[in-house]
Amino acid sequence: MQIKHNTKNKLREAHLADQIFYWVLKLSSIALTLVLFLIAVFLYKQALPAIKNFGWRFLHSSVWDPVKDTYGSLPVIYGTVVSSLIAITIATPLSIGVALFLTEIAPKHLSKIVGFLVEMLAAIPSVVYGLWGIFVLAPWLRRDVEPFLASNLGFLPFFQGPPYGVGMLCAGIILAIMITPTISSICREIFHTIPQIQRESALALGATKWEMMQLSVLKSTKKGITGAVILGLGRALGETMAVTMVIGNRHDISLSFFAPSSTMASIIANEYAEATTDMHVAALVEIGFVLLAVTFVINSIARIFISRGFRWTNLFKGAAK
Amino acid sequence: MERHLSESIFKNYWKRKTINVFFHILLIFGTILATTPLFSVFGYVVSKGIPAIDFDFFTQLPKPIGETGGGMANALVGTCTLILLASIIGIPWGISVGTYLSEYQAKSKLTQVIRFSADMLASIPSIIIGLFIYALIVIHMKRFSALAGGIALGILIIPTVARTTEELLKMVPMHIREAGLALGLPRWKVILWIVLSGSKSAIITGIMLSIARVAGETAPLLFTAFGNHFWQSGLDQPIASLPVQIYTYAISPYEDWHRQAWAGAFVLVMLVFTMNLLIRLIGLRWGRKN
Repeated sequence: MQIKHNTKNKLREAHLADQIFYWVLKLSSIALTLVLFLIAVFLYKQALPAIKNFGWRFLHSSVWDPVKDTYGSLPVIYGTVVSSLIAITIATPLSIGVALFLTEIAPKHLSKIVGFLVEMLAAIPSVVYGLWGIFVLAPWLRRDVEPFLASNLGFLPFFQGPPYGVGMLCAGIILAIMITPTISSICREIFHTIPQIQRESALALGATKWEMMQLSVLKSTKKGITGAVILGLGRALGETMAVTMVIGNRHDISLSFFAPSSTMASIIANEYAEATTDMHVAALVEIGFVLLAVTFVINSIARIFISRGFRWTNLFKGAAK
Repeated sequence: MERHLSESIFKNYWKRKTINVFFHILLIFGTILATTPLFSVFGYVVSKGIPAIDFDFFTQLPKPIGETGGGMANALVGTCTLILLASIIGIPWGISVGTYLSEYQAKSKLTQVIRFSADMLASIPSIIIGLFIYALIVIHMKRFSALAGGIALGILIIPTVARTTEELLKMVPMHIREAGLALGLPRWKVILWIVLSGSKSAIITGIMLSIARVAGETAPLLFTAFGNHFWQSGLDQPIASLPVQIYTYAISPYEDWHRQAWAGAFVLVMLVFTMNLLIRLIGLRWGRKN
């Protein structure tokens, strides 16, 4: 009788502890979702004065003038889009090439080492890229690359104007360097999911290795690659420090890639701490809010493209292999 | 007719062969091109950073503008403080989210929403987190503070820790849990003492990965921790950090500050690379054991 009573109490205790444990985990998880929600709400609330004052004009007006306290975000939206497009244009073929090299061509040992190097590219802090951009990349662009582009491709409006070094092109290149590891490691994971037999059957039919890569690897992973590129685009849109340091921070719309510009993230980093009027602060937060919405949409789209099986934590499991 | 066919196959063969070789070379060249920036960045950080590093760098406060010398001692301590604060907030939170996602109702609507928000939180630009913490904390405290910076970094840690923990716990075979439950252990003990503690070393690796990532974060600190030219006097005061210090020095017009920015970058890159290498080594050992 006594024993029975004891067990009952113990069971009840265990049950209670289980319940507490469960709810602690559950509430902390729900709180995470709440944080995401709160970010959007707080940003919206802070941006409200600007949203009320400027309305939709905020998105298509090109006047950003803190002195007159009028703000339009078209120049920074333009800067963001163009710098990200430059980055994607450079990074996409490069990343697919790296992923193909690592999965299809390189011997296992070389693939491991080079794969590690590419991942290290992602580990370098943004601010270090910025430092390198200011003192190494920008002078090189100004001295060698931009005059070369201007003399050879100068008939295009993108390659006209004085070479500054810092500017849209410099930001685009730095972004390309920074998103290449992201895109290529996702592509690599996707290429790995293709069964070996699919490659072998292409080779057995007489395809050369490159034709095999086209037929059995690239063709069947088009969707995944698109997703990877969109994910890279999302990263490029929000990248802040390196871009802030090399883009020149001017709020003009200029067709020339050599001209200084600014992006949505860089204008926040650059002006937020020094913004004096309430409207200036609100306008910057509104840019942040728009950026949040855009990255949210882009990442959701990327998720549709990249199959459910793949998770970015696989990168970590790759390290454990 | 027969001759003609074999000739065309022969011709085609060489064409295809040439294309094949061409693309092989292109891919190799592309890979070299993609890794060049790593060597360039690393080379410059080492060659400009090492000469700029001296004993003062680790022990002295920054000198006022115009005077040469001084160091980043306060920024080094500041970065450590911020990482510690971020860990206190982010690690337990992240682990408990990861555990929940893996151990309870892994496929319900709620867990899917939580998983989605963790992924979204991981992918929103870090400067947005800075804006959020500014609105949440800095405005109410009426000043920049180490606490705000630490919380901002902590939020950045959570999704990484949560998702790695989840992935790792999912790799624990079900019969191990069943064995624990069959012994009469309550579920929370099974989770804490068997499932979690069994994958301890792997989870620590995941945590290090996330810390290596936030150690170099600058954007969320710009208007939360802000920066400080002196030793911070409390957690409610602005605090210096290595990345922010590198940023302010790099965009300044002073030669001596540029020198110190390179020195700071060297220390930061070494820190991040060492952590990544350690993760690799632990990962290799852990992988061999399993």
